[in-house]
Amino acid sequence: MPTSDEIFDSVKEILIEALACDDDEVTTGATLVGDLGAESIDFLDIVFNLEQNFSIEIPRSELFPEDILTNDEFVADGNVTEAGLAALGERMPFIDLSTFSGNPRVQDFGNLMTVGDLCKYIEGKAS
Amino acid sequence: MRWYWIDRFEEFVSGTRAVSVKNVSLAEEHLHGYWPGFQVMPNSLIIEGMAQTGGLLVGEKNQFSESVVLAKVSKAIFLDVVVPGDSLRYTATVADIREDGGIILGEVHRDGKLIAQINLVFACLRGELSEIEQFYPEEFICMLRGLDMYRVGVTPEGEPMVPPQFMLDAEAVMDQTS
Repeated sequence: MPTSDEIFDSVKEILIEALACDDDEVTTGATLVGDLGAESIDFLDIVFNLEQNFSIEIPRSELFPEDILTNDEFVADGNVTEAGLAALGERMPFIDLSTFSGNPRVQDFGNLMTVGDLCKYIEGKAS
Repeated sequence: MRWYWIDRFEEFVSGTRAVSVKNVSLAEEHLHGYWPGFQVMPNSLIIEGMAQTGGLLVGEKNQFSESVVLAKVSKAIFLDVVVPGDSLRYTATVADIREDGGIILGEVHRDGKLIAQINLVFACLRGELSEIEQFYPEEFICMLRGLDMYRVGVTPEGEPMVPPQFMLDAEAVMDQTS
């Protein structure tokens, strides 16, 4: 099993290649969308390369919980409900939802994931 | 001039791999304006040739039930220039096809020599964009047949590939009215 540092180095290399960002931009705290400029189509590229590199399978719903974010049971007036936050927390334990929970606008969710979160996710899958 | 940047398919294995050829002719207008005095095929049009080869490979996987567009050029490395008289061979291999798109790993050869590596990401259009009709079925099937896709195409099991029914229906209507 790869170490945390090895996972970070591989994820970093994949992100640099996929997003054409600079080496020093890819830090554990950098958000994929806001800081590194990832667009929706980049995730197809990134997921493919993560799967190949780590020999894992990444179901779309584990990184993109659209089924939760578009479900009336979990969303009200454009905000994720308590039940929705619980569902997100269960689905994506590798993401820190504490700040988002204070103002859980659905439209902001896409910019939550950081490089560090992605590494944690990979660590969980590769273990 | 039609926006065709491949001439025909030589191989087509549904959902797996396709090989197309493009013969570069001095009669092509773009060769004369791109770099005056030096007739060379623009690399962007070589990418387009791979996009047409790979895009049809991705689209055919789902029987052209969805609109597939080129979304990203992940990699494009060119090792030589392409000039009139060259015959290019585009090989597109499916790396991944999912519900939201596909990834193609491509190589371009001339006389057996590798001259370009081009990896592409395709997206299936969703929402309102998916309502836009990119091609009329009767014209599309005509183009695919012209490219020899259904003459050389086989399923992964080696059975001959068959056009989707909606295209065959459109073709039948066209035959009746012509």
